[in-house]
Amino acid sequence: MSSEPLLSRAFADDRLELAAAGSWTAVHANELEALVDGIARDAARSRSAAIDMRRVHEFDTFGAWLLERLVRESKALGQDMQIVGLPARFQGLLDEVHRTGGEGPPPPAAPNPLLRALEALGRGVAETGRELVPFINMLGALCIALIRVIVHPRAFRLTSAVHHVDRVGWQAVPIILLITFLIGCIIAQQGFFHFRKFGADVYVVDMVGILVLRELGVLIVAIMVAGRSGSSYTAELGSMKMREEIDALRTMGFDPVEVLVLPRVVALVIALPLLTFLGSMAALYGGGLVAWLYGGMSPEIFIDRLKEAISVTHFRVGMIKAPFMALVIGIIACSEGFRVLGSAESLGVQTTTSVVKSIFLVIVLDGVFAIFFASIDM
Amino acid sequence: MVIRVRDLVVGFGDHIVLDHLSVDVRRGEILGFVGGSGGGKSVLLRTIIGLLPKRHGSIEVLGTNMDRASDEERRAIERRWGILFQQGALFSSLTALQNVQFPMREYLKLSERLLKEVAIAKLRMVGLTPNDGDKYPSELSGGMTKRVALARALALDPEIVFLDEPTSGLDPIAAGDFDALIRTLQQTLGLTVFMVTHDLESLQTVCDRIAALADGKVVAAGSLATMLASEHEWVKAYFRGKRASRLASRLAHSD
Repeated sequence: MSSEPLLSRAFADDRLELAAAGSWTAVHANELEALVDGIARDAARSRSAAIDMRRVHEFDTFGAWLLERLVRESKALGQDMQIVGLPARFQGLLDEVHRTGGEGPPPPAAPNPLLRALEALGRGVAETGRELVPFINMLGALCIALIRVIVHPRAFRLTSAVHHVDRVGWQAVPIILLITFLIGCIIAQQGFFHFRKFGADVYVVDMVGILVLRELGVLIVAIMVAGRSGSSYTAELGSMKMREEIDALRTMGFDPVEVLVLPRVVALVIALPLLTFLGSMAALYGGGLVAWLYGGMSPEIFIDRLKEAISVTHFRVGMIKAPFMALVIGIIACSEGFRVLGSAESLGVQTTTSVVKSIFLVIVLDGVFAIFFASIDM
Repeated sequence: MVIRVRDLVVGFGDHIVLDHLSVDVRRGEILGFVGGSGGGKSVLLRTIIGLLPKRHGSIEVLGTNMDRASDEERRAIERRWGILFQQGALFSSLTALQNVQFPMREYLKLSERLLKEVAIAKLRMVGLTPNDGDKYPSELSGGMTKRVALARALALDPEIVFLDEPTSGLDPIAAGDFDALIRTLQQTLGLTVFMVTHDLESLQTVCDRIAALADGKVVAAGSLATMLASEHEWVKAYFRGKRASRLASRLAHSD
């Protein structure tokens, strides 16, 4: 049925006579374009031209456009190309393409690549400064919503908050326990491996205890939560924004921050300290297990040594940091969610930004706390 | 016969949506498919194009049995149909023009120039300007989204076009324009159109034949007059209900 398109030419005096045949369809558009372009180059030599379409048995938009292009190009050269014998059933399509076909607007001139790189750099720097704005906006909006909720406690979405505690807290317990347990094991193993050279085995307990309770427990858990729950917050709010659900809430007189953000952030602030506690315990357990099986230190000695090495202060330092980290993760996740635009791509971009930014800020915050606790001797 | 569906059964869990349904679509016609909301019209469309699995029955498209077709044959058939999804289903990360070019780029080896020229011609055919081509789907209105989606469905000059509620969400004027557009394109491009719709206006103005779906079966098929004469409960309610009575009286006047 479908056959190669053909276009043969003959010169009669200074008249170019073309004969077309075969399938002028999308499948053959590539060969056809080459044929048509070849003709267009030769056509300059003749004064008038005609194309015989009698033997074309398949014809679609692609073929019609190429024929139209041939006619237009010959017109531009000052000759009048006549179309002869086009089957009547194809005439409508050719007319349609004559009406609709065309080059369209020229593409915008490509700017100098060096200038473009400089421009991108400049924009990037200016953009970085503005990155903080949505965070502060969201913090402010959250404070206002919080005050409103304190004044009218019934406005708080308790059900929603409980639901989110279940999702970001309870359901995260197994994976958090597993990961912190493994981290505890690894630290203890590394400690024994290296400290043994100095005969300082007992200090492994100090290291594991202090490191886990002060820094690692809360940090690992916060990073896990940022990746697990922060990203889902961003994606949820982002797709709600895309589907105009947030606009709908606003027009009904609800504050999206109060309805959507506050329960989510409150849930994180409740869940993260609990997860940190569980995580720290799992890490200590892992450390103890490795001390027993790999370091040859009996559990009794490990616990006795742990009692001496750590104090409530260390535990407190870790736990104090947890709600602040939750706040940072929650605010970043929600404000990035609200920045999603219409496309699926922007949802992806904002989710990535949300996770990268919250992990970065969690680590920065940890550093700030380290300085703070050092200066108040905790 | 372009599409031949026989004894089709489709269900989800215990719920049978299509119960031994048979329907034919003839070459060069516009078939309007009506049915209650949730009655399985879209399910039928999605089953024919292979997005949903069927439990029983056969589907033949362009003379090829879709069950027995090899992957290659399937792909060849898929190139010969175009689908307009209800929400447009435009790729949100591509501009309107790139959306139209997408199937051409994947299936045909074309020069950039031809790609652009034909895509622009398609955009103009559906009543858009080349400037609209640079817009992203999120910047398009509902009517424009449908038009771009139609242009994309027509990108490869298909023989069959499936339209899933093409006029839903459009105002009556835009819907009327869209119907006229479908009619014109069907005639110029020689298309066979399978159209799922709720719109009585569309049924009257553009459809050559109508098939009515109720209780998982085609309960009536034929011209609008056949529909009006049908004694089936649902068809009666649909075509002779309050909303339809105006249409019926107008039809009587025009006769």
